[in-house]
Amino acid sequence: MIPISYYLILSAIVFLTGVVGVLIRRNIIAILLSVELMLNATNINFVAFSDHLHDLGGQVFVFFALTVAAAEVAVGLAIIIALHRSRSTINVEEFNLLKW
Amino acid sequence: MSQLFFGYFAGMIALTSMLVVALRNPVYSALSLLVMFFHIAGLFVMLHAEFLAAVQIIVYCGAILVLYLFVVMLLNVKQDDRYHSQWRIAAIVCVPLVIESIVLLAGGAGTMVSSRNSEPHDAVATDNTLAIGQTLFSTYLFPFEVASLVLLVAMIGAIVLAKRDIGEVR
Repeated sequence: MIPISYYLILSAIVFLTGVVGVLIRRNIIAILLSVELMLNATNINFVAFSDHLHDLGGQVFVFFALTVAAAEVAVGLAIIIALHRSRSTINVEEFNLLKW
Repeated sequence: MSQLFFGYFAGMIALTSMLVVALRNPVYSALSLLVMFFHIAGLFVMLHAEFLAAVQIIVYCGAILVLYLFVVMLLNVKQDDRYHSQWRIAAIVCVPLVIESIVLLAGGAGTMVSSRNSEPHDAVATDNTLAIGQTLFSTYLFPFEVASLVLLVAMIGAIVLAKRDIGEVR
């Protein structure tokens, strides 16, 4: 039987990779892919604890995380297309719309 | 045997998640993310969550990743020539996670194996889909409806953002 701490370590590694990806990439699409990495790390934790505690609530919450991921992808990619239309680039260093 | 499978799945998940960040071409990043989703589905099967494994493959690999690839190929993005020089901030953010991993690996690995895990799964393993459906539509009915509302709002927002002249006077 696999101890639950192994799943926690795997999830921490994936989450850490996602955080580093959000911080160091310049491409907006790559940043969104890193956000997907972080969501999947939390999903691994949810399912591992659901199996460990014999409680189905964790698996149900993965559904809601999946809903949030789908909504984020839809809105985020629409924003990317709108940005690419107005600025013709998706490099985050070119954007200063929210800078004051 | 299960140790072997967990080792394979965990190794592939860690490797491909690092490839997602490290590869400079966004198409290759998306494809390695696809491999990671499949291996996470395998991990879900190991954890007696068969229905979630199917949903993971259908929704993530079938819907979300296809959307990513579509946008990547629509926008014709170039490769990143260099990364952000934010290694210091990234290191500061990741210090708690590294400490957590070290603590778990050193202290908690042996003690956290509970005896409950060895008994046969009654409701979780026998019919996973039935159990999830009953839980989702009885206990979590209101969050389920809220999730449908979130998806509706996201769909309307995506249409408004992507349609060029929807609020303008012609």
